[in-house]
Amino acid sequence: MTSEPILEISNLRTVFRVRGREIAAVNGIDLVIRPGETVALVGESGSGKSVTSLSVMRLLARRIGVIDNGSIRFRGKDGKTKDLVTLGEEEMRQIRGNDIGMVFQEPMTSLNPVYTIGDQISESLRVHRRLGRREGVEAAVGLLDKVGIPDARRRAGQYPHELSGGMRQRATIAMALACDPTLLIADEPTTALDVTIQAQILDLMQALQRERGMGMLFVTHNLGVVAEIANRVAVMYAGRIVETGPVAEVFKAPRHPYTMGLLKSMPRLGTASEMKRTGAKLPAIPGMVPSLADLPAGCAFAPRCAFARDACRQAMPALSPVNDHHGSRCIRWQEISA
Amino acid sequence: MLRYCLHRLLVGLAMLLALTVLIFTLLQLTPGDPIDAYIDPNVAMTKEAMDALRARLGLDQPLPVQYLAWLSQAAQGNLGHSLQRFNETVSGLILSRIGPTLLLMGAGLSIAIVIGIASGILSAVRRNTVPDYSLSVLALLGISSPAFLTALLGLYVFSVRLKWTPSGGMLTPATDFSVGDLLHHLILPATVLSIGHAALIMRYMRASMLEVLNQDYVRTARAKGVKEFWVVTKHALRNALLPVVTLIGSTIGLAVGGAIFVESVFNWPGMGLLLISAVETRDYPVIMGATLVIGACVIVVNILTDLAYAVIDPRIKVA
Repeated sequence: MTSEPILEISNLRTVFRVRGREIAAVNGIDLVIRPGETVALVGESGSGKSVTSLSVMRLLARRIGVIDNGSIRFRGKDGKTKDLVTLGEEEMRQIRGNDIGMVFQEPMTSLNPVYTIGDQISESLRVHRRLGRREGVEAAVGLLDKVGIPDARRRAGQYPHELSGGMRQRATIAMALACDPTLLIADEPTTALDVTIQAQILDLMQALQRERGMGMLFVTHNLGVVAEIANRVAVMYAGRIVETGPVAEVFKAPRHPYTMGLLKSMPRLGTASEMKRTGAKLPAIPGMVPSLADLPAGCAFAPRCAFARDACRQAMPALSPVNDHHGSRCIRWQEISA
Repeated sequence: MLRYCLHRLLVGLAMLLALTVLIFTLLQLTPGDPIDAYIDPNVAMTKEAMDALRARLGLDQPLPVQYLAWLSQAAQGNLGHSLQRFNETVSGLILSRIGPTLLLMGAGLSIAIVIGIASGILSAVRRNTVPDYSLSVLALLGISSPAFLTALLGLYVFSVRLKWTPSGGMLTPATDFSVGDLLHHLILPATVLSIGHAALIMRYMRASMLEVLNQDYVRTARAKGVKEFWVVTKHALRNALLPVVTLIGSTIGLAVGGAIFVESVFNWPGMGLLLISAVETRDYPVIMGATLVIGACVIVVNILTDLAYAVIDPRIKVA
């Protein structure tokens, strides 16, 4: 884990320009991913986790979403490190699908309904490696086989609507891995799937990552998934990373009230009947995620935080180091514990 | 697939039948007597002679009998004789006129489809820019300009003022046939015919393209590093075409009406001109025959449109 990072995001700020106003969906985040490492980006809807991943791919809605500040240093397959923020569009296009693969949330809508699975999987090979159509289809069959789709040759000739949700997600994974990327970005890849299929897809992604030594940025709101797949976790709230560290440490001893709240509100196996008997409710974080257009002055979580003091409402707390690899954006991290 | 086609053909046949009944009934409601147009106004005719002529032509029979007589002959391919042009069969007349009409409509619709789809894509991809606004204004003008205006304006500007195109006809009289001459005559009426359709197709294409460009699979294509040109023309276009194909299919019926008008302005020797002169002279057999053939063409085109759907979108199973 001490090898050179393949992705180094520093002070990234991504804004959306809506009706003359600028709203920062991602506001100064730092994130490092090393080869073979999985970093989970966790947060509620609107926390900026998907915008972060789309910023890395530079696939934000054009003219609306803009990277305003910061750098995204990425080391490609050629070993050269480039800043993706300032890269030209054509160079960026050559990185997409080739050096960085991406898996999206909805396997139903992220595949084009009018082209065959095989055609769509082989497309990045045709684009980046100039493979012919026939070689491309052969490669696609191999990839489908690799991601555990039985009868791969027949499936390659089918259209997305002929496959189940789990199979379609396997196909999109095959698509993302076609050109052997060094970084895989997975934006809630299991959210739309049944629980049993979720576990299979996670196992598959983990196995493929180990085999290829890729770095992986895994975006999710599901803490159970984080525990299963990630080495490190970064918890996002209102466009900022509020806590980051090794998964085991953060889960065992969270140092930010928001992380603590998230972990507490996770139902645990075996407690359901107990809670039903005693009439207890699943603990929830009170209040709502603030609107990004209307953030409070100090810590964005302060209005919902049981530990908040006046000082919290005055200035945004800095990310303070709990130890070498664990940080918390809370001024009271030393006092609080779960 | 075959069963579906047969089914659609049967439904189409029923529609044609209903169409003939409708036209036949409407013709009886029009004032005047076909016999008036049949006889020579300069020759005095006795009532007996007129009745005899009426009986010979079958016009003394009750209407249902007249209709069934026409239908049974039509079913055998005999559409009768023109009342006005002696010794000319209706099918012969139609056969000589259908080619020019198909040529004019085909050219007009092709221009409309190419221009409409291309400008619709351009407008969507460059939305809220000067090209988009200009194309949208042009489309609005195109939709709201009636054909009689554009046809006359086109004639005035390109034939009368600029003298770029002939003002009418399909070929220069008393010269040998040449494709160049035909195209020279074709370009103006075909363009006039295409304007409204091009504008309509452009607006549908723009809306449909904008919607498709926001779809997840378009983002997936970009994430694979597909060039933007191919993202639009391969991934988005085929999906965005579906509603446009429906539109094109349903405007073909409208295009027939437009073609009739354009033919009469440009003196294009097609079905429209034939139909108009038949209506003016109460040439009932020709009206019936021409309507039947036009109706049949529209129905066949609509079936082809539905089949095109299945080719574009694999999710649609034609069965």
